[in-house]
Amino acid sequence: MITDNEIGILLNDLLESYGYDFNYYSKASLTRRINRLFTLDKFTDFATFRVHLLSDNNYIKRFVEEITVNVTEMFRDSSFYKALRTDILPVLGTHPFIRIWHAGCSTGEEVYSMAILLHEAGLLHKSLLYATDINPGVLEKAKSGIFPLGNMKSYSENYIASGGIDDFSSYYTANYEGGKFNQELREKMIYSTHNLVSDRSFNEFHLIVCRNVLIYFDKELQERVFTLFDGSMGKLAYLALGSKETIKFSDIQDKFTQVGKEKVWRKIK
Amino acid sequence: MEKNKIIHNGKIVVIGGSAGSLEVLLQLIPEIKYPLSFAIIIVLHRKNSADSSLADLLAAKTKIPVTEIEDKEPVLANHIYLAPGDYHLLFEKNKTFSLDFSEKVNYSRPSIDVAFETAADAFGADLTCLLLSGANADGSAGTRHAKNSGGTVAVQNPETAGSPQMPSLAIQHTKVDLILNVDQMITFINAL
Repeated sequence: MITDNEIGILLNDLLESYGYDFNYYSKASLTRRINRLFTLDKFTDFATFRVHLLSDNNYIKRFVEEITVNVTEMFRDSSFYKALRTDILPVLGTHPFIRIWHAGCSTGEEVYSMAILLHEAGLLHKSLLYATDINPGVLEKAKSGIFPLGNMKSYSENYIASGGIDDFSSYYTANYEGGKFNQELREKMIYSTHNLVSDRSFNEFHLIVCRNVLIYFDKELQERVFTLFDGSMGKLAYLALGSKETIKFSDIQDKFTQVGKEKVWRKIK
Repeated sequence: MEKNKIIHNGKIVVIGGSAGSLEVLLQLIPEIKYPLSFAIIIVLHRKNSADSSLADLLAAKTKIPVTEIEDKEPVLANHIYLAPGDYHLLFEKNKTFSLDFSEKVNYSRPSIDVAFETAADAFGADLTCLLLSGANADGSAGTRHAKNSGGTVAVQNPETAGSPQMPSLAIQHTKVDLILNVDQMITFINAL
């Protein structure tokens, strides 16, 4: 087991040598992830682990990808996607052009879910989906649009529960690599690395989707990210968070009002 | 906070359960004395669902507030907290909750091991783990870690459990402090 002290040393190394600042991540989760990787990669002592991390430029990529959580699904929380279909997209549709930011998109399952909704609402042609993540590796997977076939059954069930009425399998082609999603969906996606800890706003959006990302951050970093989001949204834009995340008690809460029962807020000031 | 005059004695009781544990909770929760000078946290394996009916069901049986945990919420006395479905529940050293959507552990999310282990790291000797009925290996590693961190470990008497596997495995792997039937759990918790 790696001690708290040693984790502090690693976090300092990461910041000084690579510019990654994990100091404001939730400690309990981060500690578990680092210990998990330590065991997974069969290190026997902290010193070796540290040297490896500092000297091997390829290992840092693996390290960041493994200590951040990249578990995601298509159409997770069907009631959220239902609310998007019925309440949010019709409003977004009144704009001549729709810009959406998926912050912390991981391997892209939620971006493809959104593209499918936009397609079904007849809005995809005038939409752009900006999808960012700290890990270049997961963005490559997202860009490929290929997801394991074994997941398609549950994604299809989620899709139907979200109010989908088409044949879900019409959105991808099954081959030996997995289910490859249609080019038409992928054409409107722009993938780029972006670190919510250190990078700035890069556009103004009508909808920001950041679900189950903030749970990995401490209160202070959550607050900074809320300010970043607020600065990246025009008036009446929407912010969507994960089902256990909230802007309540944050500095920006007075500028936003919650829309319905889902964790979606609209900027009113 | 003015409203919360109950002094937290620093302790927490984390209850882990799987198949057969809900009936135990429905007997146990109504008998816990109000007000409570510590926090009770319940981590159950259940179907992936966002609805809060389980919290409502338990809340109807006690005066102690029962709520589903939100990310970064503080751990307060006189509260019964329920881990939300499909997230791992973790405890921070600053005595707040964190949620995590990482890989399942023991085929489970929430995993009782994850909750017990991080609770042990955050609360040490102030932690009591209570492992109930279940047909799963979850909780065993967590009880061992809690024990090594100075915490107290109680398990449901497997003979009274609807599914004895989970408490039995913990007894095999950990030197548990107490093996309790439901009546004894009530007395034990009310004496903390």
